[in-house]
Amino acid sequence: MRIACPFCGERENGEFTYLGDAKPQRPAMVALEVAGGAAGEAEAFYDYVYLRDNVAGEMDEYWYHGGGCRSWLRLTRNTATHEITSVEAAPGTGASSSPASTAGTIS
Amino acid sequence: MKYSIFSLARAALSGHKSWARTWRDPAPKSHYDVVIIGGGGHGLATAYFLAHTYGIRNVAVLEKGWIGSGNAGRNTTIIRSNYMLPGNTGFYELSMKLWESMEQDLNYNTMVSQRGIINLYHSDAQRDAFARRGNVMRINGIDAELLDAVQIRKMLPFLNYDNARFPIQGGLLQRRAGTARHDAVVWGYAHAADKLGVDVIQNCEVTGFTRDANGKVTGVETSRGRIGAGKVGMAVAGSSSRVAAMAGLRLPIESHVLQAFVSEAIKPLIPGVITFGAGHFYVSQSDKGGLVFGGDLDGYNSYAQRGNMPVMEDVCEGGMALMPMIGRVRLLRQWGGIMDMSMDGTPIIDRTPVDGLYINAGWCYGGFKATPASGLTFAHLLAREEPHEEARRFRLDRFQRGLMIDEKGQGAQPNLH
Ligand SMILES: Cc1cc2nc3c(=O)[nH]c(=O)nc-3n(C[C@H](O)[C@H](O)[C@H](O)COP(=O)(O)OP(=O)(O)OC[C@H]3O[C@@H](n4cnc5c(N)ncnc54)[C@H](O)[C@@H]3O)c2cc1C
Repeated sequence: MRIACPFCGERENGEFTYLGDAKPQRPAMVALEVAGGAAGEAEAFYDYVYLRDNVAGEMDEYWYHGGGCRSWLRLTRNTATHEITSVEAAPGTGASSSPASTAGTIS
Repeated sequence: MKYSIFSLARAALSGHKSWARTWRDPAPKSHYDVVIIGGGGHGLATAYFLAHTYGIRNVAVLEKGWIGSGNAGRNTTIIRSNYMLPGNTGFYELSMKLWESMEQDLNYNTMVSQRGIINLYHSDAQRDAFARRGNVMRINGIDAELLDAVQIRKMLPFLNYDNARFPIQGGLLQRRAGTARHDAVVWGYAHAADKLGVDVIQNCEVTGFTRDANGKVTGVETSRGRIGAGKVGMAVAGSSSRVAAMAGLRLPIESHVLQAFVSEAIKPLIPGVITFGAGHFYVSQSDKGGLVFGGDLDGYNSYAQRGNMPVMEDVCEGGMALMPMIGRVRLLRQWGGIMDMSMDGTPIIDRTPVDGLYINAGWCYGGFKATPASGLTFAHLLAREEPHEEARRFRLDRFQRGLMIDEKGQGAQPNLH
């Protein structure tokens, strides 16, 4: 499996780290705080953190090019064949949109 | 047919032409009390225990390919019970005890070989973690010995003890652990279940569920027609999400590929199983002489049953770092299997929210050793409608309730378990 990075060209997949399915969207935290953890929000977080479609076929997913330009990428890849049909730069997504960095004010 | 030294001698006299089928090849009936989806180790063991222990004999195992064509026939055959967390410890020890009596129970030579497993450690912190694990095991009546480098060197003189990054300081040994012949386990359960009246039906893919007005599952649609069922148990490992989706369920599972490797056969070298976790490498030697080894998951979702080069390279580098002599051996074969990676690395044996449908899944890369206990406890659930004592923590709703069993402490990132 080789991934055509829009910045670096085609590279072997060992240069990349996998985050996973791009579909799960983090629910708004605000709602959870206001509602004091209302059942609906807790349910939404359970869904986001733990449940997966686990698609057998084409799936949109995030990869990180740590061994190259260190960009977040969004791929469309077939999990049944490993065929990759699209690679796009995805700045501001992937782990950079994960809870740690959303909350983070380290800098 | 009962297998013994006499049946072997008798068959030898006829040039081995008199052997009867090991299991029948029945056409599916229109209805069974219990239908099990998936003819891997777990599905067949479940059917065996349903018939043998719980007296439910009107049972079918439906397998889309041939039995053992999934992970049961692709794994590296390690059996052990060196788990630390409540829920796992007792369950895997139950499994180990069932391995110890399996050949007599099934009247089948599954080549269970308690040749021991050594998990190597390379730092004080890792030694402390292994000492703790060993103590938990011993408190629970499971054998464990913490060895230092001198003791390990006596057993395994060929390892590289002075690796600059990971010098070997010692290891945790479980002597009762070892290996078994994976295909024979599948065949043994098929043989024993068949003798008790279970129908083992191959080339029969489940394509959907039939449900009544209340949503209760009443049977399955298959490539060989509709089959009615009082209850349906799914034990389809890497295909769990796909089969559950047919009933409208989403699971806390991702499917990932794990590779394994076998070298050309060499003379006896490795006495037991050696794991080099720090270097993502583990190895044993098969009875045929090949070195059987593997390492980490490839790390991305896959249903392709094949992996990629970076992990092959990584595994071989780990092998070279641990035992440099391995570089002289040629690689013979390499393959991949699809792992049902759960969100905490621990399996699920439970009812589902769909009435009449029961789930056995989430085995990750460690379900071979679980085969007998998985079969027994899943059969218990199906027969008694309540969880078996040793599997009661393997609940489907544990993620919702904060009762995860995360042996590695990795969190909900399945490719890290
Ligand atoms: C490379 C590798 C190494 C491993 N090493 C070890 C190890 O050393 N020790 C250990 O304990 N575990 C190991 N494992 C894990 C272990 O193999 C699995 O956890 C275990 O085999 C899973 O249970 P099973 O045998 O029932 O699965 P499988 O054999 O995969 O059985 C599931 C069956 O369901 C069938 N199926 C799927 N969908 C359908 C459908 N729709 N209709 C009908 N049938 C269907 C499949 O064809 C398959 O035969 C390893 C796995 C791999 C891939």
